[in-house]
Amino acid sequence: MIAEFALALLWLAAALALLQLGLGSYALTVRGAQFLPAVRPVAVAQGVLVAVSFALLIVLFVRSDLSVKLVAANSHSLKPLIYKISGTWGNHEGSMLLWITVMGLAGGLIALLERRLNDRTLIATLAGQAFVSLGFYAFLLFASNPFERLNPAPAEGNGLNPLLQDPGLAFHPPTLYIGYVGLSIAFSFAIGAMVTRDVGPTFARAMRPWVLGAWIFLTLGIVAGSWWAYYTLGWGGWWFWDPVENASLMPWLAATALLHSVSVLATRGALKAWTVMLAVVAFSMSMVGTFLVRSGILTSVHAFAVDPERGSFILALLAIYIGGALALFGLRASTVTEGSRFHLFSREGALVMNNVLLVGILGIVLMGTLYPLVTEAFGTKVSVGPPYFNPVSAIFVFPMLVIMAVGPLMRWRQDNGKKLINLMAAPALALAVALALVVLFAGDIAILPLLGLIFAAGLAVASILPLWKRNLRRTPAHIYGMVLAHLGIAVALAGMAAESAFNTEKLVASEIGQTHTVGPWSIELQGIDPIAGPNWTALEARLVTRYGDSATQTVMNPQSRMFSSPPTATSHAALLTRWNGQLYVVLGEEGDDGRWQLRLWWKPFVPLIWYGGLLIGLGGILALVGRTARDLRRKDQPEYEPVAAPADPKPVGGREALA
Amino acid sequence: MRGFLLLLVALLAQPVAAQDSLPPAPYAYKQLDDPAKEKSAQDLMMTLRCLTCQSQSIADSDAAMAGDMRHQVRSRIEAGEDPEAIRSWLIERYGDWVSYQPQVTAMTWPLFAAPVILLLFAAFIVRKRFGRAKPTGEKS
Repeated sequence: MIAEFALALLWLAAALALLQLGLGSYALTVRGAQFLPAVRPVAVAQGVLVAVSFALLIVLFVRSDLSVKLVAANSHSLKPLIYKISGTWGNHEGSMLLWITVMGLAGGLIALLERRLNDRTLIATLAGQAFVSLGFYAFLLFASNPFERLNPAPAEGNGLNPLLQDPGLAFHPPTLYIGYVGLSIAFSFAIGAMVTRDVGPTFARAMRPWVLGAWIFLTLGIVAGSWWAYYTLGWGGWWFWDPVENASLMPWLAATALLHSVSVLATRGALKAWTVMLAVVAFSMSMVGTFLVRSGILTSVHAFAVDPERGSFILALLAIYIGGALALFGLRASTVTEGSRFHLFSREGALVMNNVLLVGILGIVLMGTLYPLVTEAFGTKVSVGPPYFNPVSAIFVFPMLVIMAVGPLMRWRQDNGKKLINLMAAPALALAVALALVVLFAGDIAILPLLGLIFAAGLAVASILPLWKRNLRRTPAHIYGMVLAHLGIAVALAGMAAESAFNTEKLVASEIGQTHTVGPWSIELQGIDPIAGPNWTALEARLVTRYGDSATQTVMNPQSRMFSSPPTATSHAALLTRWNGQLYVVLGEEGDDGRWQLRLWWKPFVPLIWYGGLLIGLGGILALVGRTARDLRRKDQPEYEPVAAPADPKPVGGREALA
Repeated sequence: MRGFLLLLVALLAQPVAAQDSLPPAPYAYKQLDDPAKEKSAQDLMMTLRCLTCQSQSIADSDAAMAGDMRHQVRSRIEAGEDPEAIRSWLIERYGDWVSYQPQVTAMTWPLFAAPVILLLFAAFIVRKRFGRAKPTGEKS
C-alpha cells in the first residue's frame, strides 16, 4: 500500500508542477496578473508532496519491503539500518527521486521565504523551476519508477555494493545532489530574471544564498568523495581525474565562478550578462555530470548504477533546458546591460580574471572528460588521465592563485597599487622562505609539487591579509568566510603537493613477527585474526607501529573483508594520523609460502587536503550565514544602486514581449 | 531457511571466484631494490590504465591483470629499459587506451589545442571588456 500511495503522491506532485508552470506563465501576461499570488502555494504544496513521497521510499527501505523491486535489488534484511537508509539513494531511481525532492523543497522554500525580489521575477523563477522539475518528473514516472512492485517478492534482497557500505559514502551522494540541484535553482533564478528583464543587484542578492548553499554542498560532497576514495579503495589515491569525479568538479568550478560574479553583481551592479551566463553554465555542468554518471556511457570506478537507455532521456532533457536557456539568453542578451564599468586593475577586474581562469579550467576538464567519448565514437579508444590534467590545468591554476592572493586586497572600481605592493611583501616573503626550505630539505622533487608547496605558503599568508588592520570584532562574517575559504585552498594545495612530493611506499610479504620500516615508522606484524561483522567476515592484522624513537606504540588493524551478499572481498585500510602526516596500512592476500602481503605508506601532510576542503566549506557556511543575516536586517532598506548605473530597460518592455 | 541457503551458496561461491586470479607475478606486490628504479617504475605505473578495472591505474588496483602489468613494468625497468619505451610497447600491445598520457596524433591534437584556444579566448574576453576602457575611475 505504501508504495502505491507514494507513487500517487508523486503523480500529484508532477501535476502540481505542471500547474505551477502553466499558472506562473499565465500570471506573467498582462491579463493573468490576478493569478500571481496563486503560484506560491502551488510551489509549496508540490514540495511537500514530493518530500512525503521520498520519505515513504525511505520507509520502504527501512522495512525491507522486498515486494518493491527497487528495495529487493538494492537492500538486504541483514544490512545495518544506516545502510538501509542510504540504500534509498544508492541507486538510480532513488537518487532521481532525491533530486526532484530537493528541487521541490527548494522551490517551496523560495516561495515561502523570498520577499525581496520583484514579484513577477519570483513567479517567473518558480515557473522556470517547475519547467525543470517536469522533465525530471517525466523521467522518474516514465523511465525509472522507484515504486515498481515485484511479484512474487523474493525471500531476500540483493544487498548494496559493499564498497558503498561506508559511512562516508552514505552521505556523499546526497550532499553532491543537493549541490547539483541548488544550481538548478540558480538556473531558475537566471531564467526568471531574463524573462522579466530584471537582472540587477536585488536579483543577485536573492540568488546568492542558493548559489552559496549549492557551492557549500558541492565542496563538502567532493571532499567526502575524495576521502572515501582515499581510504576505501585501499591504495591511498585521493583523486583520479576519473570522469565521475570530474562530473562533480565541473559544477563546482562553474559554481565557484558564479559565486564570485554574483557577489560583484550584488555589491557593484556589474557583470550582469556574465552572471546569468554562468548560472546557465553551472546548471548545464550539473546536468552533464548527471548524464555522465547516470547514463553509463563511462567506464569508471563509480559507475554503480548504470543503464544505457536512460542516458538518452537525460541527454534530451539537457538539450531542452540548456538549448532553451541559451536561446533565451541570445534573445535577451542585448537587453541585459553589462552594468557598472570598472578598470581592469580593480577588485572587479581581479574577479573577472579569476572567473575567466576558472572557466578555462572548466574547459580543460570538460574537454579531457568528453574527448575520449568522441574518439571512441570514431573507433579509437584513448585515455586522458593525470599526465594530461595535472600540467594542463596548472597553466590556469597558478595564475589564478596569484590573482586570488591579490584580488581581495584591491579596491573596487580602480586600484592604484601602492598599498598593494606593501601588503604583498609578506606573502612574497613566505613564498621565498618556503622555496628555500623545500630546496634545502626536500631534495629532488618535481616541478608541480614544488610550485604547489611554495604557492600554498604565499597564498596562506595572503589570504589572511584582508583582516590586516581591521577591527576584528566588527569585521562582518562573510569577510571571515572569504578568508577561511581562501586559506582552505592554500591548505588543501599544500596537502596535495606534499602527497605527491613526499610519499613513501613499502610493499612487503611479511611473516608473523617480522618488523618493517616505512619512512620514520617501524611496523611489526604480530598476528592475523578472523573476526565477524554484521554482514561480513574478515581477516584482521595486528600491526604494532612506532614512530621514530618514540616510546609509544600504536596497534593498527587493517582488515580484508568478505561480504556475503553480494559476495565481494574488500580491503579495509587502517589509518594513523599524526600532526605531520598519515600512516596508511593495508592487508593483502596470504601468499603460498604463508607470508602476508602488506602495503604500507607514510604520507606526510596528506590530511591537509581534507582539512583544507573542510575550511573551504566552513568559509562558505560563514559567508552564507553572515550574508543572509545582513540581507535580512537590511530587508526594508531600498536597494543599493551603484554610482551612475546605466538606464535599465523599462519593465514594460518585458511585459510586451511576453504578452 | 531460503535466506540461509542463499548465504551458504554465496559462501561456497567464493573460493571458485578466487580461482580466477592468475598465480601472482613476483613483482606484482614486490618493489625493486633500487629506489631510483622503483620510483621510475612507480611514476610509469601511475600513468597506465588497468584494463580490467574501471578508471584505475595499474598502480592502484588489486586486479590480477594490473598485478601482471606491474610485474611487466618492474621487470623491464629492472632490466634497464626506458619507461617511455615500455609505454610504447604496452600501447602497441593494448592500444592507446592503456596509457593515461594521450599521445599527440591526428585524433588527439584537439586535446592539446584546447588550452591554447582557451587562453586566446580568455585574452579576447579580457581585451574586449577592458581594451577600450580609459583608465579613469569614474565611469558610466
